Amino acid sequence: MTEANVSRRDFLVKMAQGAALAGTGGLLWDHLLRQEARAHPYALRPPGALAEKDFNTACIKCGQCVIDCPPLILKLAPAGADLPIGTPYFVPRTGACIMCPDIPCMKACPTGALSPELQRIEDARMGLAVIDIENCLSWKGLRCEICHRECPLKGKAITLETHPRQISKHAMFVPLVHSDACTGCGICEKACPTTEAAIRILPHKLVQGKIGDHYRLGWTFETEITQDFKPAPEAPAPAPGKQDKPGGLDYLNMGDL
Amino acid sequence: MSTPGTHPVPTGLWAWRYILLRRVSQFGILLLFFGTAHWGWQVAKDTPLLAGNLSASKFIGLIPLADPFAVLQIFVAGHVLSREAVIGAAIVLGIYLLIGGRMFCAWVCPVNVVTDAAGWLRNKLDIKPIFHLSRSLRYFVLAATLVISLISGLAAFEWVSPIGMAHREIIFGLGMGFTALLAIFLFDLLILKHGWCGHLCPLGAFYGLVGKTAQLRVRFDKNTCTHCGECAKVCPEPQVLNLKKLEERGYVFSGECSNCGRCTPICPEGSLMFDLKPLIRSHNAQADALAVQRRTK
Repeated sequence: MTEANVSRRDFLVKMAQGAALAGTGGLLWDHLLRQEARAHPYALRPPGALAEKDFNTACIKCGQCVIDCPPLILKLAPAGADLPIGTPYFVPRTGACIMCPDIPCMKACPTGALSPELQRIEDARMGLAVIDIENCLSWKGLRCEICHRECPLKGKAITLETHPRQISKHAMFVPLVHSDACTGCGICEKACPTTEAAIRILPHKLVQGKIGDHYRLGWTFETEITQDFKPAPEAPAPAPGKQDKPGGLDYLNMGDL
Repeated sequence: MSTPGTHPVPTGLWAWRYILLRRVSQFGILLLFFGTAHWGWQVAKDTPLLAGNLSASKFIGLIPLADPFAVLQIFVAGHVLSREAVIGAAIVLGIYLLIGGRMFCAWVCPVNVVTDAAGWLRNKLDIKPIFHLSRSLRYFVLAATLVISLISGLAAFEWVSPIGMAHREIIFGLGMGFTALLAIFLFDLLILKHGWCGHLCPLGAFYGLVGKTAQLRVRFDKNTCTHCGECAKVCPEPQVLNLKKLEERGYVFSGECSNCGRCTPICPEGSLMFDLKPLIRSHNAQADALAVQRRTK
């Protein structure tokens, strides 16, 4: 073997060693980051926060939202907590968002992780109130209704519905949460008088279902097919490449039936 | 001139002036953040004094400040930052371009207090090195930070930074971040001298690159220097005191110099002094002329 070959060989081995070190180190680091970022799917973010993944990308962990929050409910997740490190969150049971109309936390954010696109605090979607009807006092037949009375969007985000019971007992007045209005401020959770809150705020994606666009609710006014013989709204176009069969209505109207 | 090594090295408080000043600066900045967050320090009603932390902040409700390296990572991770963060990063970057990037390390960064303590104790206990690591490793860590930010979509260093952890948790509430500081202390003390700040920290590497244009530098007077080597003994980045380069340039050129000022009081001849770069050239020219005069007399 000549000298040149040895040094070239050394060089290649050095390169491979460097690449291996960088590769394993990088993979470990990357893994650590991803673990940390999805540490806790229950984190409730300040109003205007981007979707969790984008929020974790954009937040610079500076805590200016924490300082500018008037009721001082926001905290930055410390290291070792099972929350994405350094990011702001709040726990409604101990400190609920009071829905300041001028949204100072969002205005304090320097990176846009709390998006300035949020114009009205009523449009914030920090989470969604969910009721444990087994432990809700109203569902036991008591006239509690504290969550309904405390709700800043009472009548829109939480309504009281009557729920009949068997004969000789009066109907129950039970709270019902409406996701189109609930901001997830958590005042209901804070106010709930049960030992463990029977109404809680959870991130939408953990609790909210989706029926799918292909369902037509014929009995609702907007999609009523027979209403004044208006044509049904267009079904959403199926994804390209899957169009081997005609859609529902087209299929029924084809000649071979 | 007397022989090297026999000169009285200045003692007393005056010899410690830069270390004391640095501690005042480091703890003072921390105190401003802490006071604003905890005691509601403000300059006027609803105008907090210095809200935020080292990652990003707002000074007197007017001037945004942001860590340019954090902003860069977030940008690489795929988020288009709002104008405030970009302006803040530009302001901070501009300051460090002027005074020297690693001024951050020696005068602002809270981890420096820990690593200085570890370095001091290591010297006291005379702990021998167990392995050698290239000081250029930090530039690879810096590159890795950006690559991993790109791949993971998360600002890679900000999620693991012991600087961020320590600073955040002092200001916003305690967690396990102090274990990171303890780890750095033990690493620097027992495993690798100046291990974190001098070998690994990508933020220091970033500011090292920024420091190339610094206007505040340590001037070197080759006519009085006796090559005693006292400066290199106290310097946390002794490679910046390369004599050949010093004589060539007339000042500490490397961006890795953190302007900590340890070398200036320790120099028995006063050959090392802080100075502004534009003044260094004329000063050195004068000194050279004086030396020539003295020799020709």
